[in-house]
Amino acid sequence: MKEKINIDVKKVAELARLEFSDDELKVFSTQFQAILEYISQIDELELDDVEPMASPLPGPQRLRPDSQEKNTADTPEATQKMAVANAPGSMEGYFVVPKVIE
Amino acid sequence: MMKLFGSSIKDIAELYRKGETTPRQVVDELLQRIEHVNPALNAFIRLDKEHIDEQVSNAEKMLGSKQSSQLCGIPIAVKDIFTTKGINTTCASKILENFIPPYDATVIAKLKAAGAIIIGKTNMDEFAMGSSTETSYFGPTRNPWAPDTVPGGSSGGSASAVAADMAFGALGTDTGGSIRQPAALCGIVGLKPTYGRVSRYGMIAFASSLDQGGTMTKTVYDSALLLEAIAGFDPKDSTSADRPVEPFTTLLSPGLKNSTIGVPAEYFIEGMDRDVQKAVNSAIETMKRLGAKIVDISLPYTKYAVAVYYILASSEASSNLARYDGVRYGYRSGQSANLMEMYKHTRAQGFGREVKRRIMLGTFALSAGYYSAFYGKAQKARRLIADDFAGAFKKCDLILAPTSPTPAFKLGSKLDDPLKMYLSDIFTIPLNLAGLPGISIPCGFTDNNLPVGMQLIGKQFDEKTILNAAHAYEQETQWYKKKPDIH
Repeated sequence: MKEKINIDVKKVAELARLEFSDDELKVFSTQFQAILEYISQIDELELDDVEPMASPLPGPQRLRPDSQEKNTADTPEATQKMAVANAPGSMEGYFVVPKVIE
Repeated sequence: MMKLFGSSIKDIAELYRKGETTPRQVVDELLQRIEHVNPALNAFIRLDKEHIDEQVSNAEKMLGSKQSSQLCGIPIAVKDIFTTKGINTTCASKILENFIPPYDATVIAKLKAAGAIIIGKTNMDEFAMGSSTETSYFGPTRNPWAPDTVPGGSSGGSASAVAADMAFGALGTDTGGSIRQPAALCGIVGLKPTYGRVSRYGMIAFASSLDQGGTMTKTVYDSALLLEAIAGFDPKDSTSADRPVEPFTTLLSPGLKNSTIGVPAEYFIEGMDRDVQKAVNSAIETMKRLGAKIVDISLPYTKYAVAVYYILASSEASSNLARYDGVRYGYRSGQSANLMEMYKHTRAQGFGREVKRRIMLGTFALSAGYYSAFYGKAQKARRLIADDFAGAFKKCDLILAPTSPTPAFKLGSKLDDPLKMYLSDIFTIPLNLAGLPGISIPCGFTDNNLPVGMQLIGKQFDEKTILNAAHAYEQETQWYKKKPDIH
């Protein structure tokens, strides 16, 4: 195990768009440190000449042809109404969000 | 006479063929069973009562035609991670509590086309992150063999439902063991196919390079039957493998002559439950008796698998779960002064503790300054683990190991110690990293009458070999005939 990593948990939370109470943060930091120590086991491995593996399947991912699919009764055309049907806030087919520009 | 709900898919299909029962009768009996048993187990998040009548009459029409599938008219439960058109799909999370998908997952569309009846959506760990089905927003599921123990997870609802005869079969997903471990803890058959074998379209993403959908059933035959129905190339999933689907059910044969089974030393570790070890050792003897040759193999990088997995799975999860921002679907927190505050409130209130923990770990592992020390190294170590298996398969056709180091554990016993919980998956995780198929089948019971599962591991796309070996073992031992005492 290399030197102890001091994680700025608040900064990570900011990057992850999460927030924690001070109590949560305390429990969390302890657990985080334990997990980090555990996963740092991989530091023992000699990995210089090893090719990284991103997927179990060899080769690049396949793309489908860039053409419009035929709509059927089971797969009707996606409408603006469908697109906003699950939105917590929408108006006239648009997503509504809190003010973006100050 | 055995109640209909205690039967296998194959048995019910046979009764339909002979005209001895109807989908209506089967569904009615099953719904009664669920109403009676589910309150104590909490295996279902939602029953699809609204669409059941329509599905039943469709199936009854299809059964009249000559070429109907053996799945026609069979009620199947589905983990609440697969999108079902018009039916809430929650991933057992508050953040998706009211999400109603506009489309069916490919596997759901395939089941419907075969005439199967989607009976309901099963409970799971939130976003499939967990090994006990305790992190669900809808409360924990219990194990029918001992209701003070967990059913395993994350597909614990599906496992509990099948084990308690509330479904003839179920779909689950497996990112690090989430089909096989609950199958083992609930005494059923759980199959995680090769990565790419079953479409991930409409299967809500956790860790995209590891996630794979599969089957949870009472028997190996039923597992082969369900796999035939859901497997196959799907242009809508860019990681779907373009491979023909073999007729797995007709390939099943008794006996294990000419097959060589490898037993990895690294899967029989200190701290493993004594009864589990005993049951698995006895299964090895049975395999010998059936004609298999047993050889010792070594998978030396096994001990790094959990570490590698938690870096990669959490990293992929932190990226996949970025989409839950309270804008396009799902929960949104009420009062926020601006957009950034809305994102943070929404995610802080919408996700449970374990999900947040993994998003944090993944965000950290991918962040500037740490990427190569964690994510980059883990991707390299993943290669070593995959190469371990490639080397082992030069000496054997399949690998036999325990599925879980312990039987079902008590509710709450690992919930506050994430690391301890993560180690529940120590024997299942390596397969996901290597993309291999694995099946867990019942291989005995502990002294406390809890089921024990063993895992058969195959080469990529060689589900046929593990299904065959599992079938031969099951026919010889018939553990599946023993049922939990739940009324």
